[in-house]
This record gives sequence, structure tokens and C-alpha cells, in this order.
Amino acid sequence: MVEKFDAIVIGAGPSGNAAAYTLAKQGLNVLQLERGEYPGAKNVQGGIMYAAELEKIIPDFREDCPTERHIIEQRVWLLGDDNYIGTNYRSDAFNSDKPNRYTIIRANIDKWFSEKIREAGGLQICETTVTELIRDASGKVIGVRTDREGGEIHADVVIMADGVNALLARRTGFQQELAPQNVALAVKEILFIDPELIQQRFGLKDEEGVVIEIMGKVTKGMVGTAFLYTNKESLTIGIGCLISDFKEGAIPPYKMLEDLKNHPVIKPLIEGAEMKEYAAHMIPEGGYKAVPQLYGDGWMVVGDAAHFNNAAHREGSNLAMASGRMAAETVIELKQAGKPFNAANLAAYKKKLDDSFIMKDLKKYRNLPGIMHENKQFFGAYPDTLTAAAHSWFTVDSVDKRTKEKEIMKSFVKKRSIMGLVGDAIKLVRAVR
Amino acid sequence: MSIVVKIEEKLYQNRYIVDESRPHIQIRNDAVCKSCESQACTVCCPAACYTKNETGSVTLATDGCLECGTCRVVCQDKENIQWDYPRGGYGISYKFG
Ligand SMILES: Cc1cc2nc3c(=O)[nH]c(=O)nc-3n(C[C@H](O)[C@H](O)[C@H](O)COP(=O)(O)OP(=O)(O)OC[C@H]3O[C@@H](n4cnc5c(N)ncnc54)[C@H](O)[C@@H]3O)c2cc1C
Ligand code: SF4
Repeated sequence: MVEKFDAIVIGAGPSGNAAAYTLAKQGLNVLQLERGEYPGAKNVQGGIMYAAELEKIIPDFREDCPTERHIIEQRVWLLGDDNYIGTNYRSDAFNSDKPNRYTIIRANIDKWFSEKIREAGGLQICETTVTELIRDASGKVIGVRTDREGGEIHADVVIMADGVNALLARRTGFQQELAPQNVALAVKEILFIDPELIQQRFGLKDEEGVVIEIMGKVTKGMVGTAFLYTNKESLTIGIGCLISDFKEGAIPPYKMLEDLKNHPVIKPLIEGAEMKEYAAHMIPEGGYKAVPQLYGDGWMVVGDAAHFNNAAHREGSNLAMASGRMAAETVIELKQAGKPFNAANLAAYKKKLDDSFIMKDLKKYRNLPGIMHENKQFFGAYPDTLTAAAHSWFTVDSVDKRTKEKEIMKSFVKKRSIMGLVGDAIKLVRAVR
Repeated sequence: MSIVVKIEEKLYQNRYIVDESRPHIQIRNDAVCKSCESQACTVCCPAACYTKNETGSVTLATDGCLECGTCRVVCQDKENIQWDYPRGGYGISYKFG
């Protein structure tokens, strides 16, 4: 007899983990399938994790979650050939009991999250690739087939949390192939280094961290950004550009990364570090217009597979966790009401997304998947008002960006007469609404 | 700036669980590669799995593959790459990610 679950979650990244945990916690019979050797084995993240979404799912996560450093300073740098202009925003207020953002090592977080799922009663099987969705005569998804022997498993609903490649949705005809201009390829390395050197070079103590977002000539005129993040005992450095640009350019991604590492401004920061891993991954950057069909009879799609990524703000894992949670909550509500998991009922998932920061933010930037490029003045050296704005801007807490903008606007209007330049910055922000 | 990059040295740091003689990606038709002007896969692949060969076609070696999916995306107009994930448990196994 084929085994049957309330729900099957495909993938153990942040979206799948959020979904599986939320379901297991409510006592649902959930199976999570992951193709990696262990959760995280296939996953890549630059390494900033935003607390707000995880906190909604696991309120006391800080007790044992293996984060690296909490971020007290955000730098945005524009690199020239051998120089840079940049802005820093640093605040002691980020040194709170409940920091808002952390640098992380992705494999550590995924393993930790998976443990929580098992503790909550979820069943998780790794080293298993889902090869196909099983559908009944009416087309409703009723389970999955895996690459294990006798690997057919049924469920009332299947949540696809399988990341940017989203092979299953594409093969089933639920999604089109990714357009090269809607997806970036990023490469990154982890560089181990004496923590004392990190503290000296970045002016840090204890577990304080700095993150640097980088634009400029290092992407060789291509649409893309780079980053340098501080972990406890390592630095993470990476660069990513749109695949359409890579396709036209003649420079391989690893060469671009090497040039970044050798840039005269970057080199002294990473000097003496030892490279321990080289990774590559795609990032869905098409924004609102690239979001596919999100649900149907017996299925939902969450996270990167649903193209939930805010490239302008470099947010992905939080959208993944939020969408995973919302998909799970939809399942729980339907189950409690004794309603079937057909498309009409699963539309409640889309409603939740529309009402959340996920769709609001994606919609806000629908015409501008690369706001960072247009936004240089905004990160310029405006004092007081802008630092307050920046504080709000860089605080990721699931308040939608439009509400934040209104608050920032209010504070700007007060000072506009003395600070003409600030008006320009605001116009710029408005232009991208 | 001209820096020589040895991709092998980068990949050497990674952990792979190789599925012997079961490549998860395949080039469908050699002739299509020959007639492809850009051969974008040879530039875009972050693991340099694709190389131009003497016959004017492309050679694929998947051992260093990072399973990113880029080659599939760049070749979608030609549809000449048959792309899949390795069997469960095999392939790249990131220690840090
Ligand atoms: C270089 C880089 C830097 C980034 N930096 C940040 C950052 O600083 N902050 C941030 O918030 N976000 C960042 N992101 C984005 C973030 O990593 C993603 O948005 C997030 O990982 C998406 O989570 P997910 O669960 O949807 O997908 P994934 O994390 O990709 O997880 C998908 C999982 O599904 C599994 N899987 C896939 N197919 C199958 C199958 N058929 N059967 C079984 N299992 C399967 C995979 O093995 C994987 O474990 C970055 C991304 C990259 C590439
Ligand atoms: S999936 Fe990525 S790493 Fe693997 S061959 Fe294709 S482009 Fe190269």
C-alpha cells in the first residue's frame, strides 16, 4: 500500500523548513524530502539572515540558533578601478538583546532548523530526489515519485520548496523556464581567517559584524552586485550578475570573483585568509512580473521556486520562510475546516501573500528589479535625517516598504527647507514606486 | 588587471560525492554545439564544466558541477542540454554553503 501523509514538503531550504515546521508543530502528519546528503548540502546563501521571519516561526530561536555575527554596520561601496566611494551606517542600537540581522553559515542554519522539525514530530528523509509529481485523472496532485525504490508517496497536498531551478513545477507544466534576464548567477567563497584580524580590520568587538554591499566596475558593466560579509572566523565574498549579461559577456564568473578579490580596496581586507569552499547558485531576480502560478489542485509553491526574491534589498531567505509559513497555515486552516485542497480553497494562500510584505514589496519594485543601481544618492552622505531613514530602511521586520517610506517621508518633509539635497533623494525613491 | 584563475584549485576545496559513470547532465546533439555561435555554456558555467574542443564542438565533464542550472538557462533556445539533478545524496555537498 502506498504511504499517505497530510502534506509532503519538497526541499529543506528556508522555505521548506518553515512550512514543514509549522505543519509539524500543529500536529499534522508531514513528510519532508531533501535531495542533499544533509539539509543545506545543496544550498548557498551570501549569508545575511533577518530575524523577524524566523522569530515568527520559532520565537526563541536565539537560544540555540547557530548564527555568526549580528550586524552593527552596513556599508554600501561603489568601486572604481582602484578606489571606492561608499557610505557606512553604523549604530550601537543594533547591539540589542534581539538583533535584527545576523550573518550566517547556511549549512549550519539548515541543519539546526531541520532538527527543530524532527523535534516537532515531522518526518524528514534526505538523499532522496523527487523526480515527479503524481496526479490523478483530474490533474490533481496527489503525491510524489522519488528516485528511491518503491518511491511513490501520497499526500493531501504537496508543497514545492525546491528552490530556484523549480524543476518539478517546470516539468509538470506549472512554470515556464527561467528567462536569462530574470535570473542572476552568483559565485562565492568562504575564506577562513583569524577572528582577531576580522575585528581589527572591520573595527569590531565580540560578535559584532559588518556587511559590505558592493557595486561598480567589478561587474564589468554588467547588472550585478558583490558582497563581503563578516562571520565569526571567516569572511564570505561573492559576486553575481544577470545570466543574460553573462551570456553576452566574455568573462567567466570565477574570473570576475578573482578580480574582485584582487581589487586594491578589497584585497587588504581578505589578506591572509584561506579559501575553504567555492559555491555557485542562481538567484531569481525577475520580481513581481516573473512570479508564476502559485497554487493549483493539491499543490503550492513557495520560496525561490515561486520567484520570491527582493533583489533590491537582497532579501530572499526571509521571503522564503514567510511564504513557507503562509502555505502551511493555509493547509492547517483547510484541514481544520475539513475542506478539500483544491485550487479554489488554496487560493487563500495567494490572499495571504498579497496581504503581506512579500507581494507588496515585489509589486513596489515591479519596474525595477535592480533598485540598488538607481539608488546611489540615497546611500550618499546625507547626515541626520538620512541615517534615521537608513536605520529604518535596513531594519528588516516585515513592515512593508511603503509604510516605512511614508514614515521616512514625514521626517524628510520637516527638514526639506534646510536640506535641499534630501528632496532629490526622495524624488528618486518616489520614481521607483 | 590580468589574473590567471585556476578553477581546478577552487573546485578542489569542495566536497563531492561522485556518482561514477552516471552524469546528470548531457549534451543532446553534438552537431548543434558545432553550429552554435556563442557556445555560452563554455563562458557561463561557474565550474568550467564545458570546454571548446578541437572539433569545434563542446566537451562536457560534470564532475565539478555545482548544480546551479545556469547552463540549462543559457541553452534553452537550442534545447541542447538535458539537465537533471544527480541521484539523491550524490553531487556537490556544501560544508558551508
Ligand atoms: C550567493 C547568494 C547570496 C544570497 N544572499 C542572501 C542573503 O544575504 N540574505 C537572504 O535573505 N537571502 C539571500 N539569498 C537568497 C536565499 O539564499 C534564497 O532566497 C533562499 O535560499 C530560498 O530558499 P528556498 O527554501 O526557497 O530554496 P533553497 O534554499 O534553494 O532550498 C531548496 C531545497 O530543495 C532541495 N531540492 C530541490 N529539488 C529537489 C527535489 N527534486 N527533491 C528533493 N529536494 C529537492 C534542495 O536540495 C534544497 O535543499 C542569496 C542567494 C545566493 C545564491
Ligand atoms: S549546472 Fe552550473 S555548474 Fe553544473 S554544468 Fe551547468 S552551469 Fe556548470
